[in-house]
Amino acid sequence: MPLIGGVLLLLLGKGRDSLVRQVALGISVITFIASLFLWTGFDATSADFQFVERYTWLPDFGISYHVGLDGITLWLVILTTFLTPIALLCSWESVDQRVKEFSFFMLLLEAAMIGVFISLDLFLFYLFWDAMLIPMYFLIGIWGYEKRIYAAIKFMLYTMAGSVLMLLAIIWVAYYHQTAVGVISFDLLDLYALDIPASLQTWLFLAFALAFAIKVPVFPFHTWLPDAHVQAPTAGSVILAGVLLKMGTYGLLRFAFPLFPDAAMQFAPYLAILAVIGIVYGALVAMVQPDMKKLVAYSSVSHLGFVVLGICAMNVVGVQGAVFQMLAHGVSTGGLFLIVGMLSDRRHTKLIAEYGGLKSVMPKLVAMFLLITLASIALPGMNGFVGEFMIFVGSYSETKVLTAIAASGVILSAVYMLWMFQRVNYGPLTNPKNKGLRDLSVREWIVIAPIVAMCIIMGVFPNIFLKPMEPAVKRAVEYVRGVAPVNAAATTTSGAFSALSDSEKTPDVLTAKGGQR
Amino acid sequence: MNMNDFSSIAPLLMVTLAACATMLAEAFRKQDDHSGAKWFGVYGVIGLVGAIATSTGQWNESRIGFGVISVDNYTVFFNITIAAIGLLTILLSVGNAERDHLPSGEYYTLMLFAIAGMMMMAATTDLLVIFIALEIMSLGVYVMTGLKRASGESAEAAFKYFVLGAFSSAFFLYGIAMAYAVSGTTKLDEIGMRVASSSLDPSILLILAMILLLVGFAFKIGAVPFHMWVPDAYQGAPTLVTGFMSTGIKVAAMAAFVRVFLSTLEPLRLEWIPIVSVIAALTMILGTVVGVAQTSVKRMLAYSSIAHAGILLVGLAAASSAGKAAILFYLVAYSVTNLGAFGVLAAISSADRPHDDIRDFAGMWKERPGLSALLTVFLLSLGGFPPTVGFISKWYIFNAAMQEGLYTLAILGVLTSVISVFFYLRIVVMMYMSDETAPEHRPAVSGLTVAGLLIALVGVIYLGILPGGLISIAADSVASIF
Repeated sequence: MPLIGGVLLLLLGKGRDSLVRQVALGISVITFIASLFLWTGFDATSADFQFVERYTWLPDFGISYHVGLDGITLWLVILTTFLTPIALLCSWESVDQRVKEFSFFMLLLEAAMIGVFISLDLFLFYLFWDAMLIPMYFLIGIWGYEKRIYAAIKFMLYTMAGSVLMLLAIIWVAYYHQTAVGVISFDLLDLYALDIPASLQTWLFLAFALAFAIKVPVFPFHTWLPDAHVQAPTAGSVILAGVLLKMGTYGLLRFAFPLFPDAAMQFAPYLAILAVIGIVYGALVAMVQPDMKKLVAYSSVSHLGFVVLGICAMNVVGVQGAVFQMLAHGVSTGGLFLIVGMLSDRRHTKLIAEYGGLKSVMPKLVAMFLLITLASIALPGMNGFVGEFMIFVGSYSETKVLTAIAASGVILSAVYMLWMFQRVNYGPLTNPKNKGLRDLSVREWIVIAPIVAMCIIMGVFPNIFLKPMEPAVKRAVEYVRGVAPVNAAATTTSGAFSALSDSEKTPDVLTAKGGQR
Repeated sequence: MNMNDFSSIAPLLMVTLAACATMLAEAFRKQDDHSGAKWFGVYGVIGLVGAIATSTGQWNESRIGFGVISVDNYTVFFNITIAAIGLLTILLSVGNAERDHLPSGEYYTLMLFAIAGMMMMAATTDLLVIFIALEIMSLGVYVMTGLKRASGESAEAAFKYFVLGAFSSAFFLYGIAMAYAVSGTTKLDEIGMRVASSSLDPSILLILAMILLLVGFAFKIGAVPFHMWVPDAYQGAPTLVTGFMSTGIKVAAMAAFVRVFLSTLEPLRLEWIPIVSVIAALTMILGTVVGVAQTSVKRMLAYSSIAHAGILLVGLAAASSAGKAAILFYLVAYSVTNLGAFGVLAAISSADRPHDDIRDFAGMWKERPGLSALLTVFLLSLGGFPPTVGFISKWYIFNAAMQEGLYTLAILGVLTSVISVFFYLRIVVMMYMSDETAPEHRPAVSGLTVAGLLIALVGVIYLGILPGGLISIAADSVASIF
């Protein structure tokens, strides 16, 4: 991808801050436009990887620079390139120190994130996966709030501890390929074709799943997230919530499930239970947070739980819903963090109690806030709804109980989000410090408008997004369901996850519904 | 004795001659002529470049000089690596040695003799010559450790290092004696034949010889439980000497270690692999866990180098051709990274301000953004982050371990790597994220030092992104002797 050249250019651009800002923004916008060309050139009917580039890198180990896009990663890449310029722009004023380093790390982060999504070689994937930690670590550690160092180190160690075991599992799989096929290979497509005995899959799946579960984060591994989010600067939070968390769910979908289908089917129910616990727990904890940023952070734990639930359902609707929800959450939570960032830029506090009655002071900001809040609580017609609805349709056919509990998460999310919104924006203007706060500036309009626009577009025209990803999702599901031996279905617990016959029909039903709305 | 013999030891001769030239120049230097001393490094550069050139010419040759010096790709690989370590050290030293009032003449002379010892150690195929080489190398480094004559710390470090080192040499010598008792020779290939013929039922004497040799090598590379000297010696020695000995000695000792254990004592692998595995595990754990508690940066890097020795031993325990090549690659990676890190430390410390406590680094990026960035890259490489060479080299070792089914060691290795990241990042945190600022007065940095550091940086990044060339060279080197 062309981005790395941009990063180098930035290194040379030493000196004045404003120039650096403009160059960085320019590069990120150009990247975004370039990624849109990927979209227009993308063949939406094919499940294959497109725009594939492949160069041998370490031939002795079967490692190559192998990248490409399918319908799932296409949108994730565009999400990344969409959010990066916004994140850069939102820190135009709030980051006034070491602007050059800040922009450098942001672009480095963007490059690494795109790398993670497009890698079709496990070694390359791991390389980007790990490399991405460094810029994020610096972003939190240097430009964050008071407890930033603690948060940065916690973030780093948590994620690393999970991923190193995945590295060993990756090596193991590559050698398994050598014993099975004769040549060592880290290439994802080669490894998909492997048929690893079910008994061995367990450990490998767990090693992969642990790395991704920490990243998502799935319930018991979520403790790094509130710290990292709260302490990170706004731009860091936007990227963290918008893109980084998606890597975990993307990893589950692209690597952990299709590579080890037997183990995946075996563990999917447990993972789904953890996801549902995360949904409810995240929502409950979010409800009692006095700090807006922390509230949004816990809401991420809750929302990502839906995504994991959709992936665990492993049928076309569920997975499609999960991918859509990943995009929707990226946009709307990114938007929430932006709003919180704007408020705290003005007042230097994120405590809900410090605000109240903002509607009379800055109506425009509050209007935008409302739209994003509604998107986040999955109001029909907004982007959050489509994803969650599809996930429920998908998981309902697999497990009714869990779906029902998860659905309560939607209600809870409405409760905590609206309650927070009400406390911040409505009521009398009690705190005199809030008087005379200025409304959205032109720059902030540019930052927030695309987000709100996307929230609505994704809600009203979900087909634009769903169509290109459908073949890829189908193929992923086939890998997991189809490659698995027949008796695998019998071994799953109590038949909770069994049939997929009816799921093939449902996407049409749903997309028809989406059109009606 | 003929020309062939001499051409076999040509690289060795070059370095030794350069050492003698430096010594003579120092001897004939006028008492008050300090400008001349500044250029003593030039002899070393000439000698080392010559050594690299002659070594390169010996690639793909295979012969034995004087019956004990083997010319093969393995030797060439190590000759070049060691000479390159020497060159980089000289480059980094020129500006600092004078500033820190190190006696230039002695400094370069001892360094070159030590390098000659290291090269000999990697090249020889005779246990007794290994011992001699070991002593040449060690004696040079003992004195270099104590070269800061005014500093009590330096003297203490040198003394401790010398006493413990002599102790371990005695172990090693005993090992040689036992091996001689069993086989009646000190030549590696002949011992190897004897070992192979009796490998099913090895005598107690042979096992003892193996263990004693193991102790000697383990001491030199600083593996647990023979690591006690490492923190003291690293901390007390002048910073550049620390960089030199943390890399050069490890490379040379590992070269001989691999040659002796993976070819001569290979038939006994079932006996020594468990021992090496346990040592590797302990070394990795102790190096990282104790490293976390350090506040002195040099001590911290000392424990880091112990941990790295543990990872090298994982490669040894893998005992496959991939494992051997991984060790070679790892040594190069570790050397270039560690020299870079110590180079930065040396550049910012001065006689009146040691700049060793971790708090000294607070806010360093404001005053020295370039050096801070360099140190950050080197530390990330030591911690094993992509896209630096540290990541590839660790991956390569664990790759070999996984291939041989050493899952426990591999898991332990990656987990200790995560812990080690914690203490590498502490320095980064101090440099970039601390609110307090340490008192300034960091000394100026000479152009040559900057050049040396940039070379190390290029090495770290280049080998991190395009390691293919070096990996295949390492594989070729290993293929030539095993």
